[in-house]
Amino acid sequence: MNPVWIPSQLHAYTGGVSRVEASGPTIDAVLDDLDRRFPGLKFRVVDEQGRIRPHMRLFVGRQAARDIGAPIAQGAELLIFGALSGG
Amino acid sequence: MSQTTQLLVGTRKGAWVYRDDGARKAWRAEGPLFLGQIVSHYVQDPRNPRIQLIAAKTGHLGPTIFRSLDAGATWTEASRPPAFPKASDPQTARAVDHTFWLQPGHADEAGVWWAGASPPGLFVSDDNGATWESVAGFNDHPMYGKWAPSDSGTPDGPLLNQIVIDPRDAAHMYLATSTGGVFESGDRAKTWVPLNKGVEANFMPDPYPEYGQDAHFIALAPTNPDRIWQQNHCGIYRLDRPGEMWERIGKAMPSEIGDVGFTITPHPRDADTAWVFPMDGTDVWPRTSPGGRPAVYRTTDAGASWRRQDRGFPLEQGWFTVKRQAFCADEADPLGLYLGTTGGEMWMSDDEGEAWRPIAAHLPEIYSVVAAPTP
Repeated sequence: MNPVWIPSQLHAYTGGVSRVEASGPTIDAVLDDLDRRFPGLKFRVVDEQGRIRPHMRLFVGRQAARDIGAPIAQGAELLIFGALSGG
Repeated sequence: MSQTTQLLVGTRKGAWVYRDDGARKAWRAEGPLFLGQIVSHYVQDPRNPRIQLIAAKTGHLGPTIFRSLDAGATWTEASRPPAFPKASDPQTARAVDHTFWLQPGHADEAGVWWAGASPPGLFVSDDNGATWESVAGFNDHPMYGKWAPSDSGTPDGPLLNQIVIDPRDAAHMYLATSTGGVFESGDRAKTWVPLNKGVEANFMPDPYPEYGQDAHFIALAPTNPDRIWQQNHCGIYRLDRPGEMWERIGKAMPSEIGDVGFTITPHPRDADTAWVFPMDGTDVWPRTSPGGRPAVYRTTDAGASWRRQDRGFPLEQGWFTVKRQAFCADEADPLGLYLGTTGGEMWMSDDEGEAWRPIAAHLPEIYSVVAAPTP
């Protein structure tokens, strides 16, 4: 399993919970697992072409993730943040 | 007891519902719904008024569609929102930035909805907005790259900003875009042709191109669906089908006002009557009420002449901007007209535009106002 940090922007999907767990060999697979539990969450973070949306930021541990196809180690933390997006 | 009216209001920071007292005198606000979400359109299904759809995104999150099947009491999210097909080159592939326009389908097609998006995209649902499909007839048309170039459009991106369906024929449709002008389909969106003859595009080398116009808003006259009204970036037009040459009826507007604006509202019972809300299109295009004096202009002779209606609006220092989805009519007699400003005010007239009064203030920037009967 991988611990996942859910930002406030996505709390409507997780019932207000910030820390959840999901699993998968890649970031994409972890997001798919999250989407099964919290339907609709993934599409608001990643577009239909598999690109991280412009104002969302993903990190594996402290390393910024640009490609959701990247592998993620068992137990590594995935952090999802809402970046700056204007007023 | 008289029918009550509700105004479904989409703003840059959420949605609100305003309900009247049955006489359109007092209005009660309910909301916000989805506070903080950018709501481009909030629409009730005229075929089943308990069904409502909201097109939303946020500054951070991608686009989605919220659905209510119980007149707004509870909401769920589309399980498959509008999205383009997965492409082979992800770096250049299209992704929906936001759904801009929600169109209930033809009266004979219960459950069908159409959606227009930015970048220009046409999507259809046959399950009341739960799942959406990309419409290949437009989105994958060989001319798509020329009709919807990625480097043009509004400050919020290039738009497929409207879908209009002929009430006599579900297969006969029109689209309005900010990048290519108006398009027509006679086969329920399988094929499309431009419909822009006579419409100016003064920002192009050829000012009367086959396509490339910025069609801000189109509307069929409800009692004569062969008549199309258009508020274009470059003026006010009318087209009577089966003709194909638009007539610039905005030439009859006062020269000091001009015929630039975002929207046009037809009278539901009189095919010769419509209203526009002019905006300043001079110099750097302020897009505010000319001279700081807001007014609507009404034609009752199909655009041969226009009459100013400004009673109740500020006489000076009123710098209104009214976006294309934020001016509408109800169906009462006398007709009620409603407009929302980017400054978060709503104004109404209950006498067909003669006198105006504010009915709401302090809202976020208003994107859309839809008048609908309370279910």
